[in-house]
Amino acid sequence: MKFDTPATTNPIDQLKVVGKPTDRIDGPLKTTGMAPYAYERHDALENVAYGYVLGSAIAKGSIKATDVSRAKAAPGVLTVVTAQTAGKLGKGDFNTAKLLGGPDIQHYHQAVAVVVAETFEQARAAAALIKVDYERAKGTFDLASAKDGAPPAGKDNPDTAVGDFDKAFADAPVKLDETYLTPDHAHAMMEPHATIAAWKGDKLTVWTANQMVAWSRGDVAKTLGIPKDNVRLVSPYIGGGFGGKLFIRADVILAALGAKAAGRPVKIALQRPLMFNNTTHRPATIQRIRIGATQDGKITAIGHESWSGDLPGGGPETATQQTRLLYAGANRMMKMKLAVLDLPEGNAMRAPGEAPGLMALEVAIDELAEKLGVDPIELRVLNDTQVDPEKPGRPFSQRKLIECLRTGADKFGWAKRSARPGQVRAGRWLVGMGVAAAFRNNLVMKSAARVRLEKTGRIVVETDMTDIGTGSYTIIAQTAAEMMGVPLHQVTVKLGDSSFPVSAGSGGQWGANSSTAGVYAACVKLREAVATKLGLDPAIAEFSDGRVKLGNQSLPLAQAAADAPIVAEDAMEYGDLTKTHQQSTFGGHFVEVGVDAATCEIRIRRMLAVCAAGRILNPKAARSQVIGAMTMGAGAALMEELVVDKRIGFFVNHDLAGYEVPVHADIPHQEVIFLDETDPMSSPMKAKGVGELGICGVGAAVANAIYNATGVRVREYPVTLDKLLKDMPVVA
Amino acid sequence: MADTEDLSLSRRDLMAAGAASAAIAGAPATASAATPDAPHLAQVTFKVNGQKRSLTLDTRTTLLDALREHLRLTGTKKGCDHGQCGACTVIVDGRRINSCLSLAVMHEGDEITTIEGLGAPDKLHPLQAAFIKHDGYQCGYCTPGQICSAKAVLDEIKAGVPSHVTADLTDALKVTAEELRERMSGNICRCGAYSNIVEAIGEVAGGLSKGEMA
Repeated sequence: MKFDTPATTNPIDQLKVVGKPTDRIDGPLKTTGMAPYAYERHDALENVAYGYVLGSAIAKGSIKATDVSRAKAAPGVLTVVTAQTAGKLGKGDFNTAKLLGGPDIQHYHQAVAVVVAETFEQARAAAALIKVDYERAKGTFDLASAKDGAPPAGKDNPDTAVGDFDKAFADAPVKLDETYLTPDHAHAMMEPHATIAAWKGDKLTVWTANQMVAWSRGDVAKTLGIPKDNVRLVSPYIGGGFGGKLFIRADVILAALGAKAAGRPVKIALQRPLMFNNTTHRPATIQRIRIGATQDGKITAIGHESWSGDLPGGGPETATQQTRLLYAGANRMMKMKLAVLDLPEGNAMRAPGEAPGLMALEVAIDELAEKLGVDPIELRVLNDTQVDPEKPGRPFSQRKLIECLRTGADKFGWAKRSARPGQVRAGRWLVGMGVAAAFRNNLVMKSAARVRLEKTGRIVVETDMTDIGTGSYTIIAQTAAEMMGVPLHQVTVKLGDSSFPVSAGSGGQWGANSSTAGVYAACVKLREAVATKLGLDPAIAEFSDGRVKLGNQSLPLAQAAADAPIVAEDAMEYGDLTKTHQQSTFGGHFVEVGVDAATCEIRIRRMLAVCAAGRILNPKAARSQVIGAMTMGAGAALMEELVVDKRIGFFVNHDLAGYEVPVHADIPHQEVIFLDETDPMSSPMKAKGVGELGICGVGAAVANAIYNATGVRVREYPVTLDKLLKDMPVVA
Repeated sequence: MADTEDLSLSRRDLMAAGAASAAIAGAPATASAATPDAPHLAQVTFKVNGQKRSLTLDTRTTLLDALREHLRLTGTKKGCDHGQCGACTVIVDGRRINSCLSLAVMHEGDEITTIEGLGAPDKLHPLQAAFIKHDGYQCGYCTPGQICSAKAVLDEIKAGVPSHVTADLTDALKVTAEELRERMSGNICRCGAYSNIVEAIGEVAGGLSKGEMA
């Protein structure tokens, strides 16, 4: 099915099941520990050996010699695989660095060997007996010093310009010119990257934790040099991803190689202290923002430049992305530069581009508002645009940014905020409020599904879509139930298996809308087949209450499958509505903080997000996506930073004690409001994404609240108390 | 490092042996280091979810791996394997512990409760039901640890065990959001379901008492 004209009325609009705050259908399994994650498939296979990965002790250089003799002789060891013994390996389309290093080493903790043994304890002990003789080469690890002379980010991320930025900025009566720093961030999902691999002849099955089944199946095949048809990838439950599991990692390739060498299934979970340097991360940025405005607050010039770094062949953190679209202004300039760094591979993490980009832009807007003496919400309202500022003939499909901010202001009590910072005191706490706009583009991806009506009247949906905590199981069941006119409990959803039709997968907040649209397409086909079988006109037959109705006729749905199940498969594909219209999601984040007047300890007291993101398919799961993203945004604002050892070239704090993420004590009760909206340009579901919107702008809202509380502006994240201390107001 | 006679050592002997090995830590590797010993095996018997289980284990096996790999109770999760995330929380003799930081052989005769022992999909524990109702989870990986921890937290409050945020040590302890957040902070949820988790636990506790806002 092709979606190339705006959606009109369709069965989803009944909203009997879709749009309801339904409990997750996978809840009973997850809360009782019965949902099987990748490393836990005792149900699927026996006689599994254990792999343990050794990571490189240098960031750049080569391996002169590897002595695995002691490891091989250790009790229980079945095999040791290194680049020397692995045979020829390719590199996946989605990987920048190789997943098994040697002789060349591209980054610290790049895998250099895997030990396979009868038990985990034996594999771990033996891995410590491998002796690797490295030759260290000089690397580049410091973005700040590599920044000057860094080339443009490449043809996929061209500079953009409208009007004459330089002149307009020079002429502007009010100017802001500031530079903001965001550090490297880790996904730090709770389930480590993990895989069980088993060969049957030349056929490989991997049970793994992965967000994108079809991409990753392809990359497993490409890396191992085997046909894609020989690989089956299974990923029904995933313990978080946030972009870190979009691509294959060392666990899946080394499990496959280890299993081949050992002649047995092998399971590997990347050790937690290995993950931070072995896998991908969100790259650090240096962002310079210049905004010129008239005295009454109209933006006349807006420029955003961003520097980030990655390994050779890698990509930039696209931190200027939102600035192209968020505010009006006739003269515009966006530039991204990409330095070569020999740190671990940079790649997508929740809202790549916008998350760090808004941490800078939305502080800049707050600073500009103060310069102008205008309320920061009013400044945003004043510079709203309903069209793409680079292409004014191209309207937004929906844009309710102003409503988000106004609704939030009302709900949060914004009117009580003191425009002058450092004015509100509650006991030992200096209290402040901050706001930021949330913005994230809506992406649509082709997605397919197979739907089966069984003799019992049960509907079974199969698609290789994944549920990384997003609620895919539930919203797909809701979609099928709505389309086929059955109650939710009569739908079975099977996900995350490459033997199912290829879905959009989970990434870029496209999953919910795109995967359910694919299920919609398959259900349209199934409705046709069912109606035809029952002798009813498919164009006008209604599906409700487990029956198919037309005029006076009303037949049980199950009757159509009385002889044999009916199966339908289809995909939703997209025309050029995303080109004619800019599809984005919007929101407003409101944060209140308390900063201890003496110690500068920062506590978040209240958080509110107001979101406009099309139809909300399940307000309960969507709200959870948003509060989770707000939590991650709070982490980015206050504590998250991969600290670079600039001499040796690695992230020093490579575990969950050193890389601090928010814990219960950091997060207050959180409020989320979804504006009532449908977007007929996005798909027949009229939905968009929220999972990434929720993190966009949070960091800035926290930083702005800290400024409002203290009068100290910190432009280098995370905002920690040591950065506040020297400029804190003197208080009694 | 030591031979199998270790198993019969008393605690005092162990301390003495520890001092001895510390004294020779700087000595060059002996010949035996080149050919690692076969695993030291030991038998341990404990109760898991009310059932008596006997295992013969490599003494290096953690309680976590004994549960997950040997007893195939995979509800208890391995998130970090060194006590930083709380995903492996189980209840041993009424107290919550990180099962990754505890060797299985240390638990002779202990009573261990895992998530599987609290409830099942068709017979949910009130905390499990409340987590579902309040959507106190997303990916589900930290969830068993959160729920086991929550159960122990409510028992700790009931038993009058104070926490870092307990303002008055002489008053009866109340279940406030602050107490729950403080006590649950050893259980990381990267999906960020904290706000919902606290509401779920609060409901099972019979409602949250009003606390002071930080």
